[in-house]
Amino acid sequence: MFKIAVASGKGGTGKTFVATNIFYTLQQQNQRVMLADCDAEAPNAVAFFDAKLIGTSEVTQQVPVINTDACTFCGRCREYCNYNAIFILPPMRIINVIEDMCHGCGACSVACREGAISEKPVTMGKVDVYSLNGATSLIEARMNIGVMSPVSIIKAAIRKVDHQSDVVILDAPPGTSCPFIQTVSASDYVILVTEPTPFGLSDLKQSVETLKIIKKPFGVIINRAGSGNKDVQDYLWKEKIPLLIEIPFKKEIAVLYSTGKIVAETDLFFAEQLSQVIKNILSNHGNSHNQR
Amino acid sequence: METAIISGKGGTGKSSISAAFATLSDNVVLADCDVDAANLYLLFDPSREEEEVYIAGHKAVIDYARCTSCGLCIDYCRFDAISFQNDKVIISQISCDGCFLCSRICPEKAIKMVSNDKSRMYSGSFRNGKMVYGRLAPGEENSGKLVNMVRAKAKKISATTGIGQIILDGPPGIGCPVISTITGADKVFIVTEPTISGLSDMQRAVEIVLKFSLEPRVIINKHDLNSSMTERIMGWCDLNGIEVAGLLPFDPKMVESMVHGKSITEFDPENKISRELRKIWNNNLK
Repeated sequence: MFKIAVASGKGGTGKTFVATNIFYTLQQQNQRVMLADCDAEAPNAVAFFDAKLIGTSEVTQQVPVINTDACTFCGRCREYCNYNAIFILPPMRIINVIEDMCHGCGACSVACREGAISEKPVTMGKVDVYSLNGATSLIEARMNIGVMSPVSIIKAAIRKVDHQSDVVILDAPPGTSCPFIQTVSASDYVILVTEPTPFGLSDLKQSVETLKIIKKPFGVIINRAGSGNKDVQDYLWKEKIPLLIEIPFKKEIAVLYSTGKIVAETDLFFAEQLSQVIKNILSNHGNSHNQR
Repeated sequence: METAIISGKGGTGKSSISAAFATLSDNVVLADCDVDAANLYLLFDPSREEEEVYIAGHKAVIDYARCTSCGLCIDYCRFDAISFQNDKVIISQISCDGCFLCSRICPEKAIKMVSNDKSRMYSGSFRNGKMVYGRLAPGEENSGKLVNMVRAKAKKISATTGIGQIILDGPPGIGCPVISTITGADKVFIVTEPTISGLSDMQRAVEIVLKFSLEPRVIINKHDLNSSMTERIMGWCDLNGIEVAGLLPFDPKMVESMVHGKSITEFDPENKISRELRKIWNNNLK
């Protein structure tokens, strides 16, 4: 199994566009391929396919429940809580858990000497598994509205990946903070999608710095090439970063995508390009550390 | 008055629209709350008058001179961040949540908590007022606390300079940093585009804004790329009592203005997009 994360610092550069088209292309070639949408705050990949939901699992987190009869209002739990999720007014005998702030680390339960803290699960989101053409193929991480961080849901989605697959495509969340790191650190190779604009370049540089720190091999796809300027190309050339392909800016592509169509279905040249990109990645990076 | 611009989906044109709003009023405080991918400084080249360190949580680090490899910390860690690798206890910096629990329970006091102090907040002046922006260091938790710090600074600047208009360019998504951007704001715009993803992400953004008892107003960018999808979005907004503030046509001038380091309203004031944005902004000020 070889995992490829499709990511970008800037949102809206075409991550999902690239991920869904690669997935489609490989499936057409009868490869065992899976697509996991890890953008749990804004998951969109499944909508591009006529997929059948075959399983749902809730992702929960433990939050403390305080038994005020046993509580002595000593304040040790609040001292242990690094997320300010426990509010306590000892003279008034008031103690509250602010569930939105809780990270579920369990420190308060360890802190309490009176056995006054138990835990209950709260739902953070879910992971849906879909089949396409009879094979388990799509996974979607979806965070509930009002939840603070998608990280636990992303982790749960990646755990669901079928190890029998040849290639797994991870559609990563935008940015370079925790959710991005969780996704790309689970991958063997990262495709960064950018656009040839000053915003695109600035965010690309930040993604590149991050991937260098965590030592992941990567290459770049420039989407909407021909709009904007040439600064992204110059930067890649100077930094010796592989430019995998350039996808030209065409209004037809934008229109097809907007209606939920897979462009590689009709644009066979594009499908061939993507197929070649994956072939090259697998032959250059696929042997050493993909047997996990 | 604080006006927040958010989107759900990334890349819908949030920052370009924020930039236009920031150059339509005479004098504004512009706060870039997309601390994970701050971009407005590229257009406005603000001076750096102040710099503040932001502590983005902590990471656990093992002192191997003290560690006896008892493995107790592994049992307590709920983030699967600690494991044995060749009989050595290893903490994954990627998975560590910084909860301090391992450092508290270690019988040998072999775990130290180190603060993540690489993130920064900057403030200064730009050609149309004052600007505040955060820069989250790669891989750090985007908890919204840095957003709160950016907003607090923007409010302070507004109070001391007497500049009343604060514009908040928000992050994508619907998580904590977005919640931090909209809580207590006076006006919220949601920017979307006429695509399947644009519609579904906008619906999630609307839900989060309503949850905080605010009235979102929707701007549909590049509306003419798919007019039937635009109608679907407008229909959904109508059905749910959400105001559509305006429609912006697709025009390569939007990207061109960015390449020239200008907002669309500065670069091409008579462009259709500029005229529509002026209308939306003037309505917003009422």
